[in-house]
Amino acid sequence: MSTSKPRVKVPKTASKDEVIQIKTLISHTMESGQRKDDKGNVIPRSIINKFTCEFNGKTVFSCDLEPAISANPYLEFSAKVPETGTFKFTWVDDDGSVYSSESKITVE
Amino acid sequence: AVLAMTGLPRFASAEDAKVQAAIDAFAGGASIETGTVSLSAPEIAENGNTVPIGVSVDSPMTDADHVTAVMLLAAGNPQPGVATFHFSSMSGSADATTRMRLAKTQDVIALAKTSTGKVFMDRKTVKVTIGGCGG
Amino acid sequence: GQWARLAAQQSLSQDDLLSFRPLGNVTLVHLTDIHAQLMPVYFREPSTNLGVGEVKGLPPHVTGEDFLKLYNLQPGSPEAYALTSVDFDSLSRAYGRMGGIDRIATVLKSIRAEREDRMLFLDGGDTWQGSYTSLKTGGMDMIEVMNALAPDAMTGHWEFTYGAERVKELVEGLPYAFLGSNIRDTEWDEAVFEPYRIFERGGVKVAVIGQAFPYTPVANPRWMMPDWSFGIREEEVQANIDAVRAEGAELVVLLSHNGFDVDRKLASRITGLDVILTGHTHDALPEPVKVGKTLLVATGSNGKFVSRLDLDVQGGEVKDFRYRLIPIFSDVITPDAEMAALVEKVRAPHADELARELATTETLLYRRGNFNGTFDDLICDALLEQRDAQIALSPGFRWGTSVPAGQPITVEDLHNATSMTYPAAYRSEMTGAMLKDILEDVADNLFNVDPYYQQGGDMVRVGGMAYSIDPTKEIGSRISDMTIIADGTAVEAGKSYVVTGWASVNEGTEGPAIWDVVEAHLKDRGTVTLEPNRAVRVTGI
Ligand SMILES: [Mn+2]
Ligand SMILES: [Mn+2]
Repeated sequence: MSTSKPRVKVPKTASKDEVIQIKTLISHTMESGQRKDDKGNVIPRSIINKFTCEFNGKTVFSCDLEPAISANPYLEFSAKVPETGTFKFTWVDDDGSVYSSESKITVE
Repeated sequence: AVLAMTGLPRFASAEDAKVQAAIDAFAGGASIETGTVSLSAPEIAENGNTVPIGVSVDSPMTDADHVTAVMLLAAGNPQPGVATFHFSSMSGSADATTRMRLAKTQDVIALAKTSTGKVFMDRKTVKVTIGGCGG
Repeated sequence: GQWARLAAQQSLSQDDLLSFRPLGNVTLVHLTDIHAQLMPVYFREPSTNLGVGEVKGLPPHVTGEDFLKLYNLQPGSPEAYALTSVDFDSLSRAYGRMGGIDRIATVLKSIRAEREDRMLFLDGGDTWQGSYTSLKTGGMDMIEVMNALAPDAMTGHWEFTYGAERVKELVEGLPYAFLGSNIRDTEWDEAVFEPYRIFERGGVKVAVIGQAFPYTPVANPRWMMPDWSFGIREEEVQANIDAVRAEGAELVVLLSHNGFDVDRKLASRITGLDVILTGHTHDALPEPVKVGKTLLVATGSNGKFVSRLDLDVQGGEVKDFRYRLIPIFSDVITPDAEMAALVEKVRAPHADELARELATTETLLYRRGNFNGTFDDLICDALLEQRDAQIALSPGFRWGTSVPAGQPITVEDLHNATSMTYPAAYRSEMTGAMLKDILEDVADNLFNVDPYYQQGGDMVRVGGMAYSIDPTKEIGSRISDMTIIADGTAVEAGKSYVVTGWASVNEGTEGPAIWDVVEAHLKDRGTVTLEPNRAVRVTGI
């Protein structure tokens, strides 16, 4: 598969303790392990199996993904913003690859 | 067949046993209540390869009382597991949305667990249709 | 003919049709599902419109004599003609065609003159599709005409079958709002259209939330709008109501293309909604249906009716209302001259083709009804012969005008029944099992006891094959006794049959356009006569 490119939508600013919406997408085929190729052989499973969102080093939200999740996995969730800081998003691939992305947010 | 909209599910067939096993493992012996968690999914899927599915749990989301996890199941898929969301008091609000594959008309199930040891469930039938026709 | 017509129409006058004792501070005027009918038309209402589950026997699932009794209408009266199929053959001769955008313009001008800044005019969609000229101009004929009619907002359904790019382009040019609170992009789940707009009318803040047809990408080709997601999205309807109330709206209106039963269920589960202007299922009801505090208005289709709803809004509540479903009798209401000129202008380049006669019909041609109509029987006959197949399928659309017995069938009539952007008449092989699945699937879209799982069309029409249907059963067990009519043999699950049909939602479907298929058949025949359809046996009701 081609390189998995993560994309995120996080507000640039928030008021203190505001609960914001975060949206994330990563390009990935999410091969379920249920499909067969032209010759009838099972195409091996290859998915993103774990997603984590941290804020200033502390885990806010995470998700275990199963093969039923669609290609280009999409996740939308909430986070409370107690202070100015950085969100770190991490995706873990079955093949051991780890993809990540960071977003800064300022409390006004 | 359309399953009952409320109450505890009890399954008979081999595939349904997988669903029951997943529910039992998640609940860990706690009794399962309805309400509090609400599952949102389209009534009819527009594209079985990518069906939006969201959960929202009514919770104060404090350190003392918050939702710790929500498990999503597709009762009619060969492997019922879809995703498990893990929340914290830092989540602020226990809601999350993702997109899933659905091969045929079936129930999707959401189970929520709280830090106080409670388990809640909601379910909804998502129809996968051939399409066509209209007013 | 002529004498009966004059006698019948003597009982009608424009003043009577428009008379209305005004009430309150806001007037909502609603038009919906005109399906691009610029000219007056014949449109026979359904004789069969079954309701299942909780809505069995409730309007709009009341037809014919039962409808006359329920609403206390005199057989043979103008209302009986406009609202039911009873005596349609003779009453259509007496009362003539209905609708016509120039007549609608007269009605609107009259209400505007009377109510001035109290009036809000809303278009429920299915406006840009359904005629030869709308197809040829990509909806531009309707946009020109509707711009002159000046609605305050619209929503949509068949509009989207011009494809996402075309719709975006057309909507950008609209001088009024195109509202679709339930349309979101499939990538980031963000709004594609304005969800609602707040107007001030008669000193009242009126919020209009737009609800496009929830199953557009299911009932129509998904590939035409691949990046847009629809759906009922009940939670978001409530969130939008709460949002507009928070912004100070005193009257909240849902301009909806959900279909009547979906709206009735929605109204029972939502709070803070005053009025639903319903659409899509083409029902015409002479009174609003009240669900809790919500008024549901059903304005019919094809330009036959305009709804006027006067409301007295005080302190964020509807204190009183008065309603009239105004029937547009085209021989009684004087055409608005400016609009008549505009309609003539947009039709002029196509006038010769529109008027071209293809055959004469000895039978009333109509479509509307749950199971069959003579126009679709004609289309199925044409498909079977021209595409040399054993079985023909024709979609249960609710649009399509009627042609009275004894009249020529013109290109315009044929297009009114077939005009669309995916007209290919396919020919393929299907097993008996696949055919059963299709019939079961469509039947469930019509008869699922939960309206949220309904799509608002009628049953797929079938040629060459008979079947029985029990609408009260569940999916998989409604259809039985599938039989090939030609030889009386039972349809076998594992056997292949040559099947033809049109309006497939699959991309890349091949075949001649359905109107060319029917035109060839009509030219072969010269005159058509349709026997009553006995191929569908309805049980369980
Ligand atoms: Mn319509
Ligand atoms: Mn429609």
